[in-house]
Amino acid sequence: MEKKKIKELKVSAIEHGTVIDHIPSNAVFQVIRILKLERFQNMVLFATNLESKKYGTKGIIKVSNKFFAAEELNKIALVAPHASVIEIHDYQVQSKTIVETPDRIKGIVKCFNPNCVTNHEEVAAVFSVIDKENTRLKCHYCEKITTRETMEFR
Amino acid sequence: MKNKSLVSINDYSKEEQLRILELAEEFEQQPTQNILQNHVIASLFFEPSTRTRLSFESAVNRLGGKVVGFSEASNTSVKKGESLRDTILTVANYSDLIVMRNPVEGSARFASEISPVPIINAGDGANQHPTQTLLDLYSIKKTQGTLDNLHIAMVGDLKYGRTIHSLVIAMCNFNTTFHLVSPVELKLPSSVKMHIKENNLSYHQYTEMDEVLPIVDILYMTRIQRERFSDPLEYERIKNAYNLHKNMIEDTKENFRVLHPLPRVNEININVDKSPKAYYFEQALNGVFVRQALMVSILGLR
Repeated sequence: MEKKKIKELKVSAIEHGTVIDHIPSNAVFQVIRILKLERFQNMVLFATNLESKKYGTKGIIKVSNKFFAAEELNKIALVAPHASVIEIHDYQVQSKTIVETPDRIKGIVKCFNPNCVTNHEEVAAVFSVIDKENTRLKCHYCEKITTRETMEFR
Repeated sequence: MKNKSLVSINDYSKEEQLRILELAEEFEQQPTQNILQNHVIASLFFEPSTRTRLSFESAVNRLGGKVVGFSEASNTSVKKGESLRDTILTVANYSDLIVMRNPVEGSARFASEISPVPIINAGDGANQHPTQTLLDLYSIKKTQGTLDNLHIAMVGDLKYGRTIHSLVIAMCNFNTTFHLVSPVELKLPSSVKMHIKENNLSYHQYTEMDEVLPIVDILYMTRIQRERFSDPLEYERIKNAYNLHKNMIEDTKENFRVLHPLPRVNEININVDKSPKAYYFEQALNGVFVRQALMVSILGLR
């Protein structure tokens, strides 16, 4: 209990808003991009390479005065499959959920295949997620597999 | 199957595939009929093809239908920058069915989603070429009397060869044992092997073909393409690795047959052509009957 309190203090608490915890250290900036936090006007706190009992290291993002729709949050599962999302009201935890990788992804990710029709015509890339743990996405059009390593966000 | 586009071989169930093969047998008995009169088939070839385009057009002509289309994109509005979307929507006004080859992968799936008339994929880049697969299945069935429990060797460029990928996936329905012969750098991709594993079938990988020849029923040869290699020396080294000569097929099984989607370069010596075990030109002829069966089924005429 005592230890947990000290850890929390590494990133200051927020009064209202969303805390996204258990992000892999190397995915923090991707999460920021996916949730479009670069353009966000309110306070955003983030830290990475924090100690984590479960995962070795982790990152955390706290967004003030912002609550996300589940659909929007689930997009981050592509880079942070174990992220937990905590909603804070008056410094109190209101709810805690784990993100869920969707089965089908439309329009967020670019197909890595430069010769795919989605990179030539005006049509959104659609993927079925064939491996949630390792994030392997099969393109509905060219049938090639985009992986976490080759993944680019639109 | 009426109005059902064929983009990937898996769009059709095993039963639907077998139905096409059965119907193809009827067309082989009687290839000239008047079933397609009053029908217009669009043949859109955005890149070169000999066998696929001509066998489609021959298939239509022998059934009394008409063909409109082009054999290269350079004298069409595509040259002016017209999108594939607009080309398809336009051509759909002029035809009952569109046969398309396009170097862009996924273009056929995209076309099938926007087109009011059915689409047959005649090859979309390195992705799919399902009518080749159907004629390969037909050829295997015809030479072996069955599709079940066969040993099939696939030789050459297993990494990029789209005919290989689709055929492997299709043969997974028939308890096949796969013998995969390729240079290490051109091995079958894991996305295709996945299908073999999912069906609990066995496969063996080799870098040389000698040891597979006596044990297989079908030897499916493919061309190793120069454009796959960034290093021309590497291509020169590999291209001569798999050359089939007449003396190599002497000790093969009685029912052994050599298939090749063609064109060949030097992977099958012409001295093999006269062997009764060489089947690649008959295989190309089978393409006409299979495509007749497919078009007639999609148009709901049989």
